[in-house]
Amino acid sequence: MAISASEVKHVASLAKLAFTDEELQKFTGQMDDIIGMVQQLSEVDTEGVTVTTHVTDAIGVMREDVAVTGTAREELMKNVPQHQDGYIKVPAIIDESEEA
Amino acid sequence: MNFETTIGLEVHIEMKTNSKAFSAAPVKYGVEQNTNTNVVDWGFPGVLPTINKGALEYGMRAALALNCEITKDIHFDRKNYFYPDNPKAYQITQSQTPIGRNGWLEIEVDGKKKKIGIEEMHVEEDAGKNTHNPDGYSYVDLNRQGTPLIEIVSKPDIASADEAYAYLVRLRQIIQFTGVSDVKMEEGSMRADVNVSVRPIGSDKFGTKTEMKNLNSFEHVRKGTQYEAKRQQRVLLSGGEIQQETRRFDEPSGETILMRVKEGASDYRYFPEPDIPPIHISNDWIEEVRKSIPEMPDKRREKYVVSWGIPEYDAGVLTQTKEMSDFFEETVANGADAKLAANWLMGEVNAYMNANKLELLDTKLTPEHLASMIKLIEDGTISSKIAKKVFQEIIANNSDPKTWVEEKGLVQLSDPTVLEPIIETILDNNEKSVDDFKNGKDRAIGFLVGQIMKETHGKANPKVVNKLLMGSLKKR
Repeated sequence: MAISASEVKHVASLAKLAFTDEELQKFTGQMDDIIGMVQQLSEVDTEGVTVTTHVTDAIGVMREDVAVTGTAREELMKNVPQHQDGYIKVPAIIDESEEA
Repeated sequence: MNFETTIGLEVHIEMKTNSKAFSAAPVKYGVEQNTNTNVVDWGFPGVLPTINKGALEYGMRAALALNCEITKDIHFDRKNYFYPDNPKAYQITQSQTPIGRNGWLEIEVDGKKKKIGIEEMHVEEDAGKNTHNPDGYSYVDLNRQGTPLIEIVSKPDIASADEAYAYLVRLRQIIQFTGVSDVKMEEGSMRADVNVSVRPIGSDKFGTKTEMKNLNSFEHVRKGTQYEAKRQQRVLLSGGEIQQETRRFDEPSGETILMRVKEGASDYRYFPEPDIPPIHISNDWIEEVRKSIPEMPDKRREKYVVSWGIPEYDAGVLTQTKEMSDFFEETVANGADAKLAANWLMGEVNAYMNANKLELLDTKLTPEHLASMIKLIEDGTISSKIAKKVFQEIIANNSDPKTWVEEKGLVQLSDPTVLEPIIETILDNNEKSVDDFKNGKDRAIGFLVGQIMKETHGKANPKVVNKLLMGSLKKR
């Protein structure tokens, strides 16, 4: 097995997904197949080959450091379920440890 | 059993670019909530981040000032997490190709110099700010979202709380002199994560480390580190084990408190940011950035001591902040004697800043005015006593010293043809003092000088007065 049911469950929880036992078995099998297929790549000798991070040959284009006025707050707030005094209002999640 | 402490610091510093790292929204502190953001910061569907060239340049500047090698081929990575301070649910950072590697800075603790290695430096984006309310809701302001950060990761070379403190002071000083950040702890533009572990002396393996996150005071870092090292020693001595965990420094008790057991790094599921293609940094660009770095504090200190004759200690004080050092150099450039300028800045100017709780640049003093006042003292136009009055005026009201001195009639009296008649009159009116002087009572001179000063409203040049008075007394 390339991946275990508990690993799939863990990854799902990181993505805020919940599976039934039945789904978990099904997805574990499918993911195992996918990883098994991708693992064939490890047979290729990549000694001395630069790691591929992007599949296009595009080169990053940079922007000069010039500020442009932001999007109007009332426009942005149209998509916010709850807001108050210009703040986005969300259920409190007390875990500051995730910051930057 | 004796232990040694190993400390590693991860410091985040907000860079004062005009616009954000990956969007063109303005970077500004203290503006109304959610007014400096745009659809890119909010992660709207279909938006694309673009790299701010200025943010990369600032990152390179900081990296070069910290003696790092610049990584020539860089890309960005996504660090995934769910938290309302970042609506994209990932932070754009550099996990694979940090902008700088293998740097160092030098600290001095108890007279001993030590090099602390810098593992790597990343350019990344800051998150927004959550305010937790007792009503069960958090209120999110995304103005800070996307502000460019430089993260500086030290090597585990720091061996004590005092060294950690010295490292932070030095790091702040260097970064401030590069001009990429104001590094104001109170505004959160510099924050430190501290990793602490202990091991028995002689052991070749590091102990398990614990982490304290987002400390925003150097003193908290020192106290938290001290406490944490002792706590770990106690646990080990009583046969316990240290577990990898995140702890919080609690200021009132001076203790560290368990927050949570740390999740593994892989839980962030880093992968290359697909929306930003790789960037190549050319040697030409690196050299261009290197040339743009302002002179560093060590170089300035050496110049002050060697070329300008400033005492070592004073040179150290004058180079603590870039503001002070720049101000000093501009004052000298405006023609002031370097030693006098140094004395005024460290004496009266500092006292004024402390008394009024002001930063140097928040006072009304300019280098031009300070230099002009010092020249007035040097050429004898004003006495040093009058200068204190002039100083209060120019630092509080931005007056031009020369004009103000003339307007207020504070120009020092040095002309003998004006002073002599005044002195003669005073001697005529104070025969007893003249007799006292002749009987060898030198104290009489002080009294007579006082009378002359009183008569001239303190404007008489003391040197000239002394000379003329002695001459007149001897003639009597």
